[in-house]
Amino acid sequence: MTNIIDKPVVPVGELTAKDFKTPIDVRWCAGCGDYSVLAQLQKIMPTLGIPRENFCVVSGIGCSSRFPYYVNVYGFHTMHGRALPVASGIKIANPDLSVWVITGDGDGMAIGGNHFIHAIRRNMDIKIMLLNNEIYSMTKGQYSPTTQQYSKTKSSPFGAVDYPFNPIALALGSGATFVARSSASNPKHLSYVMQRAAQHKGVSFVEIYSNCVIFTDGIFDKWTDKHFVDENAIFLEENKPLIYGLNRDKGIVIDNLAPMQVQLGEKYSENDLILYNEKNLALAQMIATMSYDNELPRPFGVFYDVEKPSYDELINKQITDTINRMGPGNIDDLMRGDDYWEIK
Amino acid sequence: MEKRIEIIEEVTVRFAGDSGDGMQMTGTLFAKNCGAVGDDVNTFPDYPSEIRPPADTLYGVSAYQVHFGSKKMNTMGDKIDVLFAMNAASVKVNIPYLRKGALIIANSSGFGPSNLKLAKYDSNPLEDGSYSDFNVISIDIPSIMKEELKDLSLQMKQIDRTKNFFTLGIAFWLFSEPLDITIQWLKSKFGKKIEIFESNVRALKAGYRFAEQSPEFKYRYEVPKANMKPGYYRNITGNEAAALGLVAASKKSGLPLYLGSYPITPATEILHHLSGYKQYGVKILQAEDEIAGIASAIGASFAGNLATTTTSGPGLSLKVESLGLAVIMELPLVVIDVQRAGPSTGMPTKPEQSDLFLAMFGRHGEAPIPIIAARSANDCFYAAYEGAQIALKYMTPVFVLSDGYLAQGTEPWLVPTLDELPDFEFEFAKDPNDYKPYKRNPETLARMWSIPGMKGFEHQIGGLEKENITGIVTQDPKNHQLMTEIRAEKVAKIVQDVPDAIIEGEQSGDLLIIGWGSTYGAIKNAFDKLRNEGHKLSFVHLRWLNPFPANLGEIINKFDRIFIPEGNMGQLGFIIQAKFLRSVLGYHKVQGKPFTALEIEQELIKLLKEGK
Repeated sequence: MTNIIDKPVVPVGELTAKDFKTPIDVRWCAGCGDYSVLAQLQKIMPTLGIPRENFCVVSGIGCSSRFPYYVNVYGFHTMHGRALPVASGIKIANPDLSVWVITGDGDGMAIGGNHFIHAIRRNMDIKIMLLNNEIYSMTKGQYSPTTQQYSKTKSSPFGAVDYPFNPIALALGSGATFVARSSASNPKHLSYVMQRAAQHKGVSFVEIYSNCVIFTDGIFDKWTDKHFVDENAIFLEENKPLIYGLNRDKGIVIDNLAPMQVQLGEKYSENDLILYNEKNLALAQMIATMSYDNELPRPFGVFYDVEKPSYDELINKQITDTINRMGPGNIDDLMRGDDYWEIK
Repeated sequence: MEKRIEIIEEVTVRFAGDSGDGMQMTGTLFAKNCGAVGDDVNTFPDYPSEIRPPADTLYGVSAYQVHFGSKKMNTMGDKIDVLFAMNAASVKVNIPYLRKGALIIANSSGFGPSNLKLAKYDSNPLEDGSYSDFNVISIDIPSIMKEELKDLSLQMKQIDRTKNFFTLGIAFWLFSEPLDITIQWLKSKFGKKIEIFESNVRALKAGYRFAEQSPEFKYRYEVPKANMKPGYYRNITGNEAAALGLVAASKKSGLPLYLGSYPITPATEILHHLSGYKQYGVKILQAEDEIAGIASAIGASFAGNLATTTTSGPGLSLKVESLGLAVIMELPLVVIDVQRAGPSTGMPTKPEQSDLFLAMFGRHGEAPIPIIAARSANDCFYAAYEGAQIALKYMTPVFVLSDGYLAQGTEPWLVPTLDELPDFEFEFAKDPNDYKPYKRNPETLARMWSIPGMKGFEHQIGGLEKENITGIVTQDPKNHQLMTEIRAEKVAKIVQDVPDAIIEGEQSGDLLIIGWGSTYGAIKNAFDKLRNEGHKLSFVHLRWLNPFPANLGEIINKFDRIFIPEGNMGQLGFIIQAKFLRSVLGYHKVQGKPFTALEIEQELIKLLKEGK
């Protein structure tokens, strides 16, 4: 994996990660993946060229949703599942703000599922960090919409029969303009992906595998542990072939309109592999299907990144355009309307 | 021929026809004309919930009722004096609402075999004596108009469409009203579409002339002018008034207006109106659901906009959790609930006053919210404006209650200017060194407000209980008790901005009527009538339901009996009994229709006869 960062990391003024920490003790369990995400966010924020007072961190309910209390910017810890509509209101009210939503698989995919697809559909300029641990941890271990089928949890002692969501595919299907996946156990890659998300204008969706040490410890090891990552994970990079493996001897080709894993050597060479293109929605959707189902390596990185105007931008533009064209409205005229009469 | 002229103080007219007959426009124009010539007017549209119901059916009837006269009207009118009916179905459905001896002016072309069949009449009621309780004048409007418009080479369908203006012409003759206001309106609306303009003006004049010349019209009416305050007037619905109240509040407070809303009958027109006010900087999110509507408004409020959400019963049920968040966040938010008949989907287009309990108590935890209820269509403007004032001054969500009757009914509104409206009292925090998110104004207990973008005021708060002053999350037992009490005390303190209740009639004695919301007009008319007849009665109408006016307890104790008519099963009565430990006589109507003055009058007469 290489580290591509568009902009050099230059702190704004004197501010550093320390200035983005609150004096409150962080209360996650020791070893929780969320610590890593918090540290990356605090490191990135001072580098973005945005004044501290223009950041807003919004969350719903759940372990990851305690985030706002730990980031020394404007923070709003809202209701279960409702971070996105609250954040949408904030962003529409003041489009100059950099609005971050920290959510989890329960908060964002279950109770907040409706808000998730619609905030994305509108391309609301919000940075959504979904800290996925495939379990409801705060309520002590029930299966979530991303829990793998047949997992035994407190609320599925015989195994969950629910089929899980694929958050990446859901975001792409909802019309996201930036979709990425990273892992809390890979801080370098996480930092890169979060910076890309921050720089994207429009909705940014990042699924972050965040290990729960209590209820689902180790479930992501297959793709995130340093002993397995090279063999089981594939890192998407713009204009680079989909190649992976400890010896970089495996790759992904398209076969029968679906991704297929191949061994490089006699039959296939690097030239046969998919050349990744972040602007190709069909490709992104195809790569998103690489998951449990088809026993393909798990993709990480930026799946999709295109520009289109955001809701907050468009709705505020309608206002400024109308005022530019017709002048600011006169309230007295509006109240009187067209169909008035005078009694003398 | 010579026509008798009769002077009348008030009259109720209903224009009724098939959904495509243009009855809403006809009624609106008639009402506007009445207002413009100096009468007071109160209107109510009555149309099917279906968008385009099958033609000529009983459920496809669309009507518009206009009650006008020389005194304050207050209601849409109890019984219909004159019915203009375009087809058989539109007479049939309105029969129960006609005064005995009422005049029916019927378009006979709407009584053909298929019309009769769809209206479920076995024979033609115009001919078989079915309407013998009424005076009927039947006119074949399309054939008259065919003659009138023969030089314009119009299709029969277009000729048929002029029958509403023909009807309007008859109405203007009947009530001795001028035509020029309507002709002017047609000119501004259709001036460029010559054919439409010309055919409708001719229809208007032909109707007028027809009534003048027809021997069947034996007399006409004159309605003296009402004593209206000088100024500019317009007819306005409660929903448009509410929208304007919010925009005026935005302008006067200097905060951009934000609406997060999901379409719902009968509140949707507020969303329609506000979404057109781009020139006034109104920001809209038509949300994916009711929850997102209010949640986004809470976000916009956090970011410093004047935030509002509009809804009706089923939507309010979904907003309940978010209301609790607004309470604990202590953020300003105006919640407009246009009440409709419930529970569940209930009767979406029909009014009821049955959300009072939900507004008052419908939260988990101790979460008091101030409530103001509009008493008329015009008052929706002032209630929304005042709701915004209180929300910002006290940093709290505020309920503005309206209902389907106020929302769609109209009355003339003496339009204020922005200058005449009261100022807003609120401020953003100024000194970062002195800032704590829950430090309070001692007068109002409003917490200090700072918004994202303000340097040095960064803070982190949410739905978790927080320490007083600092806003830091805590589960300290005594602090939770303290914060609960502060939130209650803050809402109670609003009483300093609630005007004292005023007793109309006897200042003490036997029977006190207490009303709230849209029952005002019906109670007022019944009350005035009985007082004029010499009965001893008293009336207090409440706009503020939480907190109640400071003097309400004192007033209640001056009377032996308390009578509360309301459009629910006794919700205000329940609250008054609990708060003031007085038993209450209730009168409860939940029929999807507002009270008529007559119903209230009859109930009052019963009570007066019974005595203590």
